[in-house]
This record gives sequence, C-alpha cells and structure tokens, in this order.
Amino acid sequence: MKKFTVAILIIGAFIFYSLLYNHSNAVALPNNPTVSNSSSSSSTRSSANGNAQDSNGSNDSSDSNDSNSSSDSNGSSNSNSSSNSNSSSNITYKDGSYTGSVADAQWGNIQVKAIIQGGKIKDVQFLQFPNERNRSVRINESADPQLTQEAIQAQSAQVDVVSGATDSSEAFIQSLSDALAQAKA
Amino acid sequence: MGMPITIEVIDAAITQDEIDRVFAYFVSVDERFSTYKSTSEISKINRGELSPADYSEDMQTILALSKQTKEETEGYFDIQHDGQCDPSGIVKGWAIQNAANMLKAGGFRNFYVDAGGDVQVSGYKDGNLWKVGIRNPFNRSENVKVLALTNRGIATSGTAIRGQHIYDPHNHDMQLLDIVSITVIGPNIYDADRFATAAFAMGKKGIQFIEKLAGFEGYMIDAQARATLTSGLERYVLHK
Repeated sequence: MKKFTVAILIIGAFIFYSLLYNHSNAVALPNNPTVSNSSSSSSTRSSANGNAQDSNGSNDSSDSNDSNSSSDSNGSSNSNSSSNSNSSSNITYKDGSYTGSVADAQWGNIQVKAIIQGGKIKDVQFLQFPNERNRSVRINESADPQLTQEAIQAQSAQVDVVSGATDSSEAFIQSLSDALAQAKA
Repeated sequence: MGMPITIEVIDAAITQDEIDRVFAYFVSVDERFSTYKSTSEISKINRGELSPADYSEDMQTILALSKQTKEETEGYFDIQHDGQCDPSGIVKGWAIQNAANMLKAGGFRNFYVDAGGDVQVSGYKDGNLWKVGIRNPFNRSENVKVLALTNRGIATSGTAIRGQHIYDPHNHDMQLLDIVSITVIGPNIYDADRFATAAFAMGKKGIQFIEKLAGFEGYMIDAQARATLTSGLERYVLHK
C-alpha cells in the first residue's frame, strides 16, 4: 500500500511538472503577425457639436520636418486610431526563411527573420534588437505579496487616447512585413 | 522622434496657430535630440564636434535631468550606451510636458498631448475624465485596461513581442519570464515616462520600484500575458 501511494505521488508529480513545463513554454506571438501597418496617420472626425474647436494632427518627423495638422472649427474630434487592417490568416507563403529589412526602433534597430514552413509562419527570430533593453537584469524572484496579478483581457470600452509602446513594435512590424512580402513573391 | 503626435484641445478658444506652435516645438526638439539625424546637436556631441561649453541650454537641462534620473533609479536609467549618448528615454516625456505647459500658458485647461503612446491628459472631455486605454502588446487593436484620468501623465515602456528569444544571461538554461511592457501613471508625463523607462530596464522588479514611488501606479505585462498591478491602480480603472 505504501509503495502504491509513493507511485501515485511520483506519477502525480510528473503530470504536474509536464503541465507546468508546457505552460512555461507558451510562446507569446501576437494573434495577427501579419498586420499591415500604416503608422502616424490620424484622422479627424467631426460630430455636430457647435462650441468646441479641436485640432488633431500627426507628425512623423523621421520622414519630413513638416508637421501636418488639421483643424475642424466646428467639431469635436476624438479619433487617434492608427489605421491597421488585420489581414486574416488565409494567406499562404512560400517555405523558406526570409530576412526582413532593418527597421529603426528609436532605441536602436530591429531586424527579424521569418521562417515559413508548410505555407505558415513557423517562427520569427530577432536578428537585431535594441541593446540597452536586453541589458542583464538580476531577477528578483520573490514576488511582492501586495501586488495583484491578473490575466490580461480585451476591453470593449471606447477610449479617447491609448498608451502603448509604439516605438519598437512599429519597427518590428515593418521588418516582418518586409520579410513576408518576400515570402509571398 | 519618428512617432505620431496627436493633440486634442477641448477648450473653444483654441486656434490653429496655437496648435501649429506646439507641433513646431516638437519638430525643434527632434532637430536637436534625434540620434538619427546627423545634423542634430546630439549627433554632433556623439561625433565629438561640440565641447560642453557649446551645448545649448536645452541640452544641458536634459543631461542634468538624465544624471538625476540615473541616481534616482539605481543606475537603471542610463543614456550612455557603448560610448554614445542617447537621451531619447527622457526627451520624449520632457517634450510632452513642455508642450502641455505651452497649452496651459495659453489658458487652455482641457486637452491631451500624445506622442507615440505617452500621454499627458489635462482637465476633462465634455465633463468626463479622459478615458485612456492601455494597448495590448500582443494585439495592437485591443486595449487590456481602460483608465479614467485627469491631470496625469501615462507612459508605456516596452515592445511588442519580446521574450521568446531572450534568455537570462546569468542562467542560460532558463528562459526568462520576461516583461513585455510596463505602463506608469504619475502626476505628470515627464516623471511617468522616465520612471517607466527605468522600470522596464529593471525587468520583473520594475513594478515593485513603481509600487514604492509615492504618487505613481503601474501595470506590467509579462510574456505569459499576465499583468501585475500596483496596489493603487484600481482607483483609476474605469468599470463600465
């Protein structure tokens, strides 16, 4: 009976370990790695609101020095959505590995390699990444008990403005788009 | 800086000239501080073409603020990399702050200034707090949190998709449970931005650094799509 209990415990521990191991290897790929992106565009939307005057402009000074801004003397504008179109995953690519262009990520350069197998993106590897962000960091394993954790969850509420790290992700998408354009050709 | 800048002013008295003046300010900051422009002052400094006595007032301010921030963040905030000076981690928040101050000096109270996802919100929009989303780093079209803010700065440091090929240099066998982004909310965008930058460089313990800072809250997302919240973040969260 004792042996049996020990055996069960060992098998249990093994299953637990397997589950844990699987979980820790979950790869955090974005849902839409084939986002085609046009950054730095902002649109002005008017609504019938007589007494507010807004301006909403965009300026991408890496391309040119002039800023373009538009003003709507009779409206209230609140849109700052970069116009992303999420293409569906029906596109198939030619097998092989494709190196994307070097993209400027403000903090340094980003360059990725897309590996296509069976017509699908198998892996995306970083060939270049801003160095200062990879600096060695000693990890403090002890979690502060005051801090709560949650799984991130998409929110449906309308927002006025969005905070996010755009710098490197723009560059990532630029480099990946370039790699995938080659894979399509 | 190579990033989209959006300004929305609610106050009825705003004119196109005022807005143009603020955009022109951002352009001038970029001309001076962009390490990607060979003619910028920072590029000249990095090529050794300028002596400290010839630095502009703004450059001296930024260098002094960078030094101060380095001291306040246990050295994690550092503008020197491989012998080159890149102060972009502090210039953005500082420039947004100055732009907001320009609008305030013009008598405007209700507006936001957004440069590449770092935002200063001031006053109200149609009587409501500003609704600010935190973008999902794994899916750019989604927000994972919606905050209601006024007179605050909110900055996010991080990247989309980081972590899959990054390993702990001290422990090569173990894949780092890495941090994808950290969003910091503070009394102004200058402080929120510089502390977000430093906290991101700290890795997992960055959120604890923010927790200890009075007046600041943070929302950290790791590569497993888990978020860690500082204890006071909840009061900003908009519940529908």
